[in-house]
Amino acid sequence: MNFNEPHIDYADISPLIALTVGICVVLLSAVFKPFKRSAPLLTLVTLGATAGLLIWQWDDPKNLITGALRLDDLGISISLIAVMMAAFCVLLSIGERATEEAGSGEYHSLLLGSVMGMVLLAQATNLVTFFVALETLSIPLYILCATNLRREGSLESGLKYLIVGSIGSATLLYGMAFLYGGTGSTGFQGIAAGIAHNGLDGDPLILIGIAMAAVGLAFKTSIAPFHQWTPDVYQGAPTPITSFMAVATKAAAFAVFLRFFEVALGSQLDSWQPALAALAAISIVVGNIGALGQDSLKRIMGWSGVAQAGYMLGGVVVASEAGTSSLVFYLAAYAFMNLAAFAVIVARERETIFGDDIRSVRGLGAERPALAWPLTISMLGLAGLPATAGFIGKLYLIEALVEGDYTWLAVFIAVGTMISLAYYLRVVAAMWMRPERETVPGGSPAIAGASPEADPVDPEAGRRWYLVGPAVIAAAATVFFGVIPQPLVEFASHAGAALF
Amino acid sequence: MIDVLLWAPLAFGLVGLFLPRRAVGPWAVLGALVTLGVAVGMTIGFDSGDSGLQYVESTPWISGLGVDYSLGLDGLNLFLVLLTAVLWTGGVAFAAFRDYERPKTFFFLMLVAETATLGSFLAQDLLLFVLFFDFMLVPFYFLFGAWGHDRTAEGGLTASAATLKMIIYTLIGSLLMLVAAIATAIISADGGHITFSIQALQEQGVGLGSQRWIFWFFAAAFLVKMPAFLLHGWMPDAYRAAPLPALAVFSGVLAKVGAYGFLRIVLPLFPEATVEFQEIVLVIALASILYGSVMAFTQTNVRLIAGYSSVAQLGFITAGIFALRADGSDGAVLQMVNHGLVVAPIFVIVAILLERTGTEDIREMGGMALRAPVLAALFLIVALATLAMPGSSNFVGEFYILNGLFQAKIVFAFIAITGVAMSAYYALRLYQGTMHNRKPEGLLSREIGWRDAVVLVPLVLCILALALYPQLILERTNPSVEQTVAKVTGGPAPNSKLATKNEESGWTGYAPIGDK
Repeated sequence: MNFNEPHIDYADISPLIALTVGICVVLLSAVFKPFKRSAPLLTLVTLGATAGLLIWQWDDPKNLITGALRLDDLGISISLIAVMMAAFCVLLSIGERATEEAGSGEYHSLLLGSVMGMVLLAQATNLVTFFVALETLSIPLYILCATNLRREGSLESGLKYLIVGSIGSATLLYGMAFLYGGTGSTGFQGIAAGIAHNGLDGDPLILIGIAMAAVGLAFKTSIAPFHQWTPDVYQGAPTPITSFMAVATKAAAFAVFLRFFEVALGSQLDSWQPALAALAAISIVVGNIGALGQDSLKRIMGWSGVAQAGYMLGGVVVASEAGTSSLVFYLAAYAFMNLAAFAVIVARERETIFGDDIRSVRGLGAERPALAWPLTISMLGLAGLPATAGFIGKLYLIEALVEGDYTWLAVFIAVGTMISLAYYLRVVAAMWMRPERETVPGGSPAIAGASPEADPVDPEAGRRWYLVGPAVIAAAATVFFGVIPQPLVEFASHAGAALF
Repeated sequence: MIDVLLWAPLAFGLVGLFLPRRAVGPWAVLGALVTLGVAVGMTIGFDSGDSGLQYVESTPWISGLGVDYSLGLDGLNLFLVLLTAVLWTGGVAFAAFRDYERPKTFFFLMLVAETATLGSFLAQDLLLFVLFFDFMLVPFYFLFGAWGHDRTAEGGLTASAATLKMIIYTLIGSLLMLVAAIATAIISADGGHITFSIQALQEQGVGLGSQRWIFWFFAAAFLVKMPAFLLHGWMPDAYRAAPLPALAVFSGVLAKVGAYGFLRIVLPLFPEATVEFQEIVLVIALASILYGSVMAFTQTNVRLIAGYSSVAQLGFITAGIFALRADGSDGAVLQMVNHGLVVAPIFVIVAILLERTGTEDIREMGGMALRAPVLAALFLIVALATLAMPGSSNFVGEFYILNGLFQAKIVFAFIAITGVAMSAYYALRLYQGTMHNRKPEGLLSREIGWRDAVVLVPLVLCILALALYPQLILERTNPSVEQTVAKVTGGPAPNSKLATKNEESGWTGYAPIGDK
């Protein structure tokens, strides 16, 4: 048996090369004194270069490295979302204690490592690259969740994520083994061909593989009933990391979800479609109901993420071009809406003694309109009200669902949205409506040892450009794409056309 | 022109955010006046004989999804647009003379609400309609919640809880309507190019099986908005919480969007389902009339008297539309305008009374007429119009509605007539309770100032003008209404295939469709 060196076109994997170089440079920069403070900047440069290289490859689909990866618009669009979230995460991390405690170089290179996993995962078309990419994405995140070393919640969050994430990965790997065993191929195309060739249509071996792969991916995308880790991990992790994780992980996992189910398992549509639809419905109900009683903003975002993942799964369920496009559109919109919310949460966490409790935003409308408006727009967008990208996203999804004969799931989305108003608007009401009953101490230090959230406070956090900027940009984008959605629709339909 | 009409309020609102606090009120009034001017101009230029759309504007908006930005005016929405412009001018002017906290945001939201409401009247694209219909709620959510009154002392809800209740109630319907709208377009397209244009959808049509559920999804949205009996749970709390200038426009216009939706969308797009469910909707309408009237008898809060009377009036309007006769729908459109014109002044008067008496309880009011004869006279005109005194335009509206209902379903008409009688009771009770009787101790009674007069007098003049010449509306409405109703009945003189079905089932039918 002789080994043939695969043909590698280095131009096509240039984004990955840029990220790899970036990881090394950022990590090493922390070692040399003069560059000690430059890790965030270097990270942003790396991300910028990656984004540029990704855009350079736009609209030119091809298979890379003998079919291990496929560089198409779906992969690129999802990668761009991940890169954007990482860039904003860098901004939100400025002044965060986690970066100091863990070491700025380590923190940022881990972040870049996770981004690399996402870029790989969004392009993976082979079980091996799929799994390796998933782990490349996950392992840095496990560590990043725990970087707030002195806070128990952060450590708990990292450990919990590690354990639950590993169970998810193990399940997925087990499922992959079944599929490989049945079809004798690790390539997505090969699996599809294997199923047809070996007459495995509806074979239990394949069905078990599909079920386990779906469960593994459901863990990653926090689809109920595999979501229990989400609120705890979201709450415990440093907030910039939460914001990154909430969107980018979901985006990358959904990209491979689409590719794997629609390319490799497309012929088994009839067996997985109803199951995924049921998961989506459960997720919508569980997520929305779970969020109702929460007082922590990060937990609300966590539970809402479960529900939103349910909406997005609808885009996978219908297995159509419209479904894929709508999912990518929704992810992009979700990225902006989440970002606006998390930027405000970060600012208020540092500004008040309430941490991420809903009390931290009380009276924000009068006190800090520049923060209150972005959070309001974000909440209205997540609730799917018109004039936001969230509305267009829901419209797109529902259109895809009705077209794909899943009107009942569309009705579930409508009903879920209705429930979600109760908690999204609670946040809005806290900002604008409830009269301040207790004064919110801005600068004064908290009573010593009163709560673990009573961290050193930055009374000016609500005016820092690196917090207000992302919030305002993201909110503006949410409104812009709600009023003029055409550019984003085109972006998403490119991604949709890549698979079908 | 039509773009200016739609976007002028929003543009003024945005600019207002950058003005000094004191200038923002007058600026907002100017914005509302400009909008009103454009609306009046368009009414003058309106060709009254034409049943089709005029001032049409249509460009693709989200071409990937088949959504167009398409607006137009016809007999159905012309006067509702005018009503919107009139009432908003009044509401904004009334607020501009008073101090509100955070005035920039307040007036910004008021003007955003005007654009949203105009949008839902003007939209000729189903999805654009749904978008504006949902969006209307957002500014009112903030207006009611942030500038509203907490009623916890009286055992009610806080303003934010009351508005949350309102928004959840109304969005149940709205979100289902979004699904239904998308389903309509996709089913009609039947695999072809998807369009949401109401005109195009009328021609394509939807099968009866789908029409049934789609009809109820739309009906849910519209009936909650009105609100109709059983779906009105949000109304009392929201009405008690709302700041009065916002409530005046809310009650005057937003409720009508629901009724208008039936005429614009449900009748032409789902004709078979409309015929099939005609009686169920009529029962709901009658229940609203009876329930609303009876509740208006017993309430002591003047806001709620007005609120429940709206439930009854909207019941009337719905009954007129679902008579499925041109007369009934003509009357419904006229009555929508009439009701808007009477209910908004009532809330303005309530606000004036509140400033003088400090209470909204009718039992603690009275005797105002002695010292404030002008206010009393204005209120009397409004009250008499509310009870549809012969000579008022409301009389004409109700007459048309009942006429349509008599032709279609005589039993329903007889029950609806009781509503006319009952409206006399609650309107007069409201008037007498506040204006007549002995003045309670310590009650301030003084005449209205010019500030209130410039708001109230023009509105009352509109009522009088329409009383003299209701033909102004009927003439322009009728061609479009006939065309809309013909979509259901198959012609102005009903003789369609649908009719026979109605004949069989219609024990209530006096002159079933198909006679002649």
